[in-house]
Amino acid sequence: MSTPAVVLEAARERRRRFAANNLLVISCGVVIAVAVFLAIFGPLLAPHDPNAANLANAYVGPVAGHALGYDSQGRDLLSRLLTGARTSIAGPFLVVLVSMVAGSVLAVTAAWAGRWVDASISTVLDILFAFPAILLAVLAAAVFGAGLTAPTLALAIAYTPYIARVLRGAALRERAREYVDACEVQGLSAVAICARHLIPNLMPLIVAQATLLFGYAMVDFAAISFIGLGVQPPTADWGVMVASGQAGVLQGYPLESLTAGLCIVVVVVAVNLLGERLAADSEAR
Amino acid sequence: MGSFLARRALMLVAALLVSSFVIFGSLDLAPGDPLATLTGGRTLPPEAVAQLRAQYHLDDTFLVRYVDWVGNAVLHGDLGTSIAFRGSVASVIGARAGVTIELVLYAGLLITLFGVGLGVVSGLRRGALDTSIVASTSILAAVPSFVAAIILLSVFSVDVGWFPELGAGEGFADRIWHLTLPAIALALSAMAIVVRVTRVAVRTEMSREHVQTAVSRGIPSSLVVRRHVLRNAAIPVTTVVGITITSLIALSAVVERAFSLDGLGAALVQAALSKDFAVVQGISLIFVTAFVVANVVVDLLYAVLDPRVAIGSRAV
Repeated sequence: MSTPAVVLEAARERRRRFAANNLLVISCGVVIAVAVFLAIFGPLLAPHDPNAANLANAYVGPVAGHALGYDSQGRDLLSRLLTGARTSIAGPFLVVLVSMVAGSVLAVTAAWAGRWVDASISTVLDILFAFPAILLAVLAAAVFGAGLTAPTLALAIAYTPYIARVLRGAALRERAREYVDACEVQGLSAVAICARHLIPNLMPLIVAQATLLFGYAMVDFAAISFIGLGVQPPTADWGVMVASGQAGVLQGYPLESLTAGLCIVVVVVAVNLLGERLAADSEAR
Repeated sequence: MGSFLARRALMLVAALLVSSFVIFGSLDLAPGDPLATLTGGRTLPPEAVAQLRAQYHLDDTFLVRYVDWVGNAVLHGDLGTSIAFRGSVASVIGARAGVTIELVLYAGLLITLFGVGLGVVSGLRRGALDTSIVASTSILAAVPSFVAAIILLSVFSVDVGWFPELGAGEGFADRIWHLTLPAIALALSAMAIVVRVTRVAVRTEMSREHVQTAVSRGIPSSLVVRRHVLRNAAIPVTTVVGITITSLIALSAVVERAFSLDGLGAALVQAALSKDFAVVQGISLIFVTAFVVANVVVDLLYAVLDPRVAIGSRAV
């Protein structure tokens, strides 16, 4: 007689966990949607000019009309956070876009062509593994100068082998499936099979990897700006703001660094949790 | 095992050759006249220019200079002359390597102790403690090292005053005291990842049939955990700990900037900003070498812990 109660209890527990999980995914989605919205419209929403400095207001706390007060240069902190969303999110987005496209093309080419093409692509990727992302970005900044372009490209190149390695394995498994043979028998070209069937079938994995990668890219991109080789001050950017607020931290005014750091952490947590969920789902398929 | 070692050694040499070529080549072929950087824009008499050209081998072809550079680095430990730091690159590196090595080792120790320790605890006991460890690691994994640095500085140096704000300190005890906050900042997100991997590894081993059998036979759980669970869980955990610690080598640059530590990473960033290419090349070479060698060591450890790897049937 006790069995049904146990089963019911287990079902209830499962439902509860499912609901809790969904709530988590929905809240992550909301955070990411807000972040994307701010990346697009943030600069327009800023109530004040993010670069209008007035040293007399330096480190003045929240007052009416300035919800978060002023930063080290007496600029409106809220306006700078809203404006800074753009580079802080668009930069890593570009990194992810470039390395996902490069990684997917390399992985599918290697898996499809096999033999020496696969061997040479894999060797090049193995060697690229020797470069930590941050180091490659510092090198790029040294050669081409600090700024947005060089570190973005360098990070994209540094991440490509990681993406390509995961996707190559999946593409190899996909290539061995029967539908690929069926398409070949029907006379479809390799490019058509890859573009119409193989890559769409890899899409859940690609999206999951891209989401997880965005978290890493956002942290590394902000780190490059923090050490002074990425986005250049006085441009408002979350990584730059953590650095420019550091003097204030030591004087007991941590608001600028902490709020900018918090923005980064909140977005990365949301992206990571969503990415883990997507990765688990794409594995379960 | 012999052929496995040989293959790894070959890959190691190939990776070092190619990466040193990339490091040297990218900076050597960088836009801009190296002479202009050397003279700082001043106009010098022709004989001084000729002397500079000779001293920095500017008239040799690219390949000759690359071979010279690698040869001098390997044979004499000579990496050229720094423009901004006034001295040989080797002395710039020698004076700063200590702080970076200590910082990375300190952070590595924290990751191993707390990352693996909390992961095992979380993996063995279900309940509130496990849930809170999992929840806090998903947040900590997302905290960038420089944000952690700011928070630690703000709370423990400025507000409470337990730790010094900046600098590396003198003497052993003082050095440890100064490097504590930087090491925590460097270790934090990597530690969170190690906790999660360890927890999953322990859970996976706990659910294996031979473990269940051992438990059902009445073997004391502490013995089962020690003999069967931890020993097998050690394989993925060692790999992740190794990989995360090697990834700290480059990341140390960010933490050193945040805490004004005069280490290799900080010098690398400073050299990149001031276009002091000899220093950028030298420190990059050191970092890549350390990174590649550490990765090979992790691979070898993996093979020692799991003999199946060396034999060739990769364990899943």
